[in-house]
This record gives sequence, structure tokens and C-alpha cells, in this order.
Amino acid sequence: MIKAENITKRFDGLLAVDRISVEIKEGIVFGMVGTNGAGKSTMLRIIAGILKPDEGILTIDGSLVYENPEAKRDVFYISDDAYYLNNGTPVDMADYYGAVYEHFNRKRYLELLDQLGLPLSRKISTFSKGMKKQVSILLGVCAGTKYLLCDETFDGLDPVMRQAVKSIFAKEITDRGLTPILASHNLRELEDICDHVGLLHKGGVLLSKDLEEMRTGIHKLQCVFEDEEQAAKAMLDLDVVGKDKRGRLQTLTVRGTREEIEEKMAAVNPIFFEMLPLTLEEIFISETEVAGYDFKKLIL
Amino acid sequence: MIVIDYTDRRPIYEQVVERFQSLVLCGILEKDAPLPSVRNLAMELSINPNTIQRAYTELERRGVIYTVKGKGNFVADLRALLTLREKEIREEMWLLVRKAKEAGLSKERVSRLLDAAWQGETADAGEAVQESYVGGEAHD
Repeated sequence: MIKAENITKRFDGLLAVDRISVEIKEGIVFGMVGTNGAGKSTMLRIIAGILKPDEGILTIDGSLVYENPEAKRDVFYISDDAYYLNNGTPVDMADYYGAVYEHFNRKRYLELLDQLGLPLSRKISTFSKGMKKQVSILLGVCAGTKYLLCDETFDGLDPVMRQAVKSIFAKEITDRGLTPILASHNLRELEDICDHVGLLHKGGVLLSKDLEEMRTGIHKLQCVFEDEEQAAKAMLDLDVVGKDKRGRLQTLTVRGTREEIEEKMAAVNPIFFEMLPLTLEEIFISETEVAGYDFKKLIL
Repeated sequence: MIVIDYTDRRPIYEQVVERFQSLVLCGILEKDAPLPSVRNLAMELSINPNTIQRAYTELERRGVIYTVKGKGNFVADLRALLTLREKEIREEMWLLVRKAKEAGLSKERVSRLLDAAWQGETADAGEAVQESYVGGEAHD
């Protein structure tokens, strides 16, 4: 488990990460969303032990990570802007990382390079942006680490390659319990692969929740009440976080499980009611509104 | 075998559950047939294996599939699924009746519509609608 407690990091007075506390459990896919400059990369660099936090404690499976090779052995950081050896080829990179990570799986690396149609011994400097990205992803996946930190990893990949990378991740997750931590500014991209999402804003964590919990814990309700009195009665019973009224039709965003809400509504017996699922985006909008932020300004 | 609709608002695991249920109901997956492994299905669909696992756990809870340790997941017999389906149909029926009541249709008209739908002939259904319509005017 990766555990961050009150992590703060400043760069010359600029507050990049502001008292972040977060727990990342093993075996899940953790997504980190936030606008540019929200502190995603800085946070990943702190987790990877590249940067030293000014304040706070970051531990990986119980041990401090900064300047601790033992702890770093379990982490691979796929940088958004990876460095390749001068005149290096994909094979040279494998030699390099093989020397650093003892569990580097060279055989699988070569197989995957072949599957994705990447040349083994051409200079990486002649590769396109997307191809370079693929090489760094494969290096990360094959390093055999328990945690894989991906910084905007799906950026610059075409849709086919995105699917392929997600499929490779799926295999590693089931085969050896890899825990990927994906940072992205794009919520939709994380939606189908993450179990848990943390939303960063101006260096702080706005919310960190299990996606499924979020989905089953909040619903949209369309209803028509007989009169104001009945509406008021229903509102009293329900945990309403948002409401909108068009004519007689009320649209409520309500916390609670489907069964709970249905039961409460049935008790009030309105003229009409219907439950609608919320998209992840809508859930984030209402969750951040509750926290006093305008989500639309944070992301999209 | 399983298709995910990303424009669907329902969670992916619910879609997977629904899809397997219909595959079992229409007999494409027979009793004791193996389901794809979590790993393979996750790779094929490029989604999180935990999501597939969640879907399988839900299917098992509903009695649609059973798990053999170390072997994988298999289709259980239809009984649980049929009971489940009946409950769903009952709920939908309830909604339908409410809709019919809202539209002011009588019970007789609704059962005539049901009869026609049961016969599965659209022409019949069409006639039934017209008949009931005429009946309605006469009634008023």
C-alpha cells in the first residue's frame, strides 16, 4: 500500500502539492484526475521517490521511499517526458532497465515490441511521439514492479493502441497483481479502467472515492409531485444534493442506494417518478459542487 | 460475445452481468458451460479485471453461475435466472399497467392488447388497438 500523509511540496514559493493525504491499496487501479498544474505529476514524482516532500510522510508498504533503493525497487515511473539514452535503441533501453530492475522481463518486452510492431534496433530518436511513448510503457510494464506510475500515459496514443495498452495492463493486473496509478486530465479515459479515482485541484485532493461506491451511492430522480406539500415531504426524507425544476417536473440528485430511494418515494407516492443513472461526469459535478467547487471549471 | 456500450450510462459491470444473463437465457451458454476467464475477458475488452470479477461475483450471487475453485466459472441451471426474470417482468408489467391506467385504458382493453401481443402478430395488435379506440369512443 502507498500511503501519503499530509504531503506538501513547494517550488520557490509555488505551492505544488498542498497537504495531500491519500491511500492507494494494492490490486486496484487508481486514477488521479485534475487540470494542468493541479499537482498530479509532482505527486507521482514524490511517490516515485524522485522528489523529497517538504512536509509529510510517504511510505510504500511501510518504508519511506526517498533515497531508499529498497522501496524504489517496487516502483516504476513512466514519465510524460521520458529520457532515452543517446542513440539508444529499444534493446539498449532494455539492457539499461534490466540492470536497474532485477525482475525486468526481457523476454516479454521483446515479445510485446514485436506485437506492437516496433523495430528492436532502430534509434529511438527516429521514433514518432506515439512510438516513443509505447516504448516507455513497455519498459514500465516489463520492469516487474508492483506499482506502475503513469503520467498522462494515454496521451499521444491512437485509439487502437490505447485499447492494446489497457489490455496489457489487464493481463499484468491478473497475472501478477500490478497496481497501476494513472494520472490524467481526462476523466473519460480513466472511467473504464479505474476502481478508485482521486480528484486533485490546486495541489489538494478534493475527493478520493471508489468508483462503484460513487455510482451506487448517488442517483438522479425525475418526479412530479401532487403539490408543494408533498414535494416538501419527499425532500425532507431524501438526502438531496441538487435540484432543478422545469414546470412540474423536478429533477433531483439524491444520495442513497437505489432501493432506499425507491422505498422512500413509494411511501410519499408522487404522481410520477423515475430513477436515472448518472454518468461519471455528472457524479463528479455534484460531488465537487457539494465541496463548493464548480467542476466545469476544474475539468473538461 | 460480450460487447460494451460506452454510451450506455450503466456501469460496465452491470452491462456485463446483463449480457451474460441474456446469453444464458437464449441458450447460447448452456448449463455447465465455462465462462471466459476473468483475465481473458478483461484483456479482450481492455477493461479492468476487477470489473469483470465484480460482474462474476454478482452473477454468482444471483445464482446464474457457479464457481469451481481453481477451474473457473460455469453456467448454473436456469431456475434462478428464470425466477429472476419473472420478477423483472412482474416489475415491468407493473409499470406498464400504471402507464395504461394513466392513459385511461380499461383492464379489458389491456388484456386484449396482451392477447394480441402474445399471438405475436402485429396486424392483430394493430386491430386490437383500433378496436379499443372505437370502443373507447362508443363508451364515452
